[in-house]
Amino acid sequence: MGAFVLRRTVGMVLVLIAVSFITYLIFIKIPGGDPAARLAGRTATPANIESIRIKLGLNHSFIVQWFDMVKSLLSGTLISYYNGGTNVVGQIEQGLPATFSLCLGAGVIWLFFGILVGTISAAAAGRFSDRAITALALIGISLPVAWLGLVLLYLFADGGLTSAFAYGGYYPITQNPWEWATHLILPWITLAVLFIGFYGRVLRSNILDTINEDFVRTAKAKGLSPRRIMVKHVLRASLIPIVTLFGLDFAAVLGGGAIITETVYSLQGVGFYAYQSIQAQDLPALMGVTLYGAAFIVVFSVIVDVAYAYLDPRIRLA
Amino acid sequence: MGAPPPATSISFGGGHRRPVATGNQEFTLDTAAKLAAQEGGGAQVQGRSPWALAGRRLRRNYVALASLGVFLLVVVSCLLAPVYASHVAHRGANDANLTGYIHENGKTIPVISNGGSRVLPDGTVIVIPAGQPIGPQWGAAGGQYVLGADQLGRDLAVRLLYGGENSLRVGLLSAAISTIVSVLLALLAGYFGGVVDWILSRVFDLIWAFPVVLLGIALGTALSINGFHHFGIHLAAGDLWIPTAVIAFVFIPYIARPLRGQVLALREKEFVEAAVAQGAGPLRIMLTELLPNIASTVLVLFSLIVANAILTEVGLSFLGAGVQPPNASWGTLIADGQSWLATDPWFSMLPGIFIAISVLSLNIFGDGLRDALDPRAKVRIER
Repeated sequence: MGAFVLRRTVGMVLVLIAVSFITYLIFIKIPGGDPAARLAGRTATPANIESIRIKLGLNHSFIVQWFDMVKSLLSGTLISYYNGGTNVVGQIEQGLPATFSLCLGAGVIWLFFGILVGTISAAAAGRFSDRAITALALIGISLPVAWLGLVLLYLFADGGLTSAFAYGGYYPITQNPWEWATHLILPWITLAVLFIGFYGRVLRSNILDTINEDFVRTAKAKGLSPRRIMVKHVLRASLIPIVTLFGLDFAAVLGGGAIITETVYSLQGVGFYAYQSIQAQDLPALMGVTLYGAAFIVVFSVIVDVAYAYLDPRIRLA
Repeated sequence: MGAPPPATSISFGGGHRRPVATGNQEFTLDTAAKLAAQEGGGAQVQGRSPWALAGRRLRRNYVALASLGVFLLVVVSCLLAPVYASHVAHRGANDANLTGYIHENGKTIPVISNGGSRVLPDGTVIVIPAGQPIGPQWGAAGGQYVLGADQLGRDLAVRLLYGGENSLRVGLLSAAISTIVSVLLALLAGYFGGVVDWILSRVFDLIWAFPVVLLGIALGTALSINGFHHFGIHLAAGDLWIPTAVIAFVFIPYIARPLRGQVLALREKEFVEAAVAQGAGPLRIMLTELLPNIASTVLVLFSLIVANAILTEVGLSFLGAGVQPPNASWGTLIADGQSWLATDPWFSMLPGIFIAISVLSLNIFGDGLRDALDPRAKVRIER
């Protein structure tokens, strides 16, 4: 187990180095032209561009430039060369509470309802309720997130049809938990719908596969009640892939996958910061957010792998 | 003990399996013979190729066929955008009209309001802010501004159709490019194994390490500044090929990884060994032995990736990292409409409805295609 964790950790560090290199390539090399002028954005003055050239060390070789960027990101001093030079790392840190609140709530909702929907539809396989749920799940994974967010805003938010909830914005939980929750309920639903549909479909097919296994037949032969077989035997075995999926999806959402939801609802999280950076074409900021997101995914996938290996010894040997 | 229904028999429109999965009836050779008699006259059962069988199963899946029809209908309507623009709306997709007027029942209404107030018959006064575009006119203005105008006075109905054309073009082309590249890479990795496989797998891992949306945003934004000018390819900043290439790139590992696994397994099969013994070269084995065996998976993955690519395009364009102004896409239209959500909800709602219909019909058809090609396959896109 120790060797496995070590191997995975070394691999993780290598991937992170490669990811940071690619990210730097995307923003500095791919577009072509003068990187300093590009980083300065469309409305920069020549003096601006020159100061960026010096600050970025663009006279150095590419490898040195990349190394400096990683160093400044790790030490928290990566500066955006736009909007008066805000600290990218500081901005990301400021966005974390909103992003975490959004993702945690949505994660709980989608895991709960995904499992519920998948189990009900598998238990009723072939019947009307199963067909209805299957159809709904398919609709759920077909809705564009931005549009779903706007529909919910129009129907339920202030200034819309019912004015039941606040119109976007983030309210810190430390100030007022009730306001925090009512500001977040629509974003939670928006983010969760896609995953509920997806998890429901995956779990349903997993359960229908597991039902054919020998140990389920044994449980039936022992005379266990169908409910007990479903909950104690079938569901437990079918949930393992769901747990893996959840680990990775949750990391992806934390690492920037919720950017559209955050943008629609003006939640001042990391994703919203990325959106503002796109509008301003603030590339250092986007570079920071992209690396932050990729780091989340890489680290989480190693954690999921290790947890998985702990549960299932066969994986350690592979 | 009742036989548990097979997983695929109840999936969306799995009509072809219905005779077998009738409740708790045990499946015996008797029923098989009975079914065979029902289906094809019993005695003269002809050999049918797997593709013919799949085609027959698909033809019986009316839900899937209807979905394909709906999707094609959306595609055709969007392709007719130029006809609509020139013959009904008399206005191109990017023609601004900030100071124009339309004539309706003898009244003259500015396309972009000048501000002021209006008194309703019952005496209430409505204050109209300046700069507000007109809402849907439906048929009242003789085909002009059927769905209203945007903030620059452009005809929304025209932009909805042109935007759909762009969104569908980006979605379909990026899915096609991504699928072709992934198939080639998967064949190379799976056939040669060893170092080639190791390198390609690490490349897939690296792309996979980025969140889809973030990588798309990073590439889309970086390329929308100066365009792309490398390797003799020159794309201007607003070119539709940029979002197409970006989306094709980010989806590569999601197609290539499962295919590589399949090729690796097929590589060890006897028929490949036989081909090698007959003196077939690598190219021949990859194209005539391995490719036909992964073709059904490729088809299913393609139909599902198109749906995902359209959704990704919409997301990127909504955020400003996809299709660039002045061109429209369903994503940019949703973003444009957000400002007018309270006064003109149709602005944002309609593009979303079109997207949902297209993506849903593609997903249903993809499910049907999977059931028809291989009822036991568990092809799905992990994201």
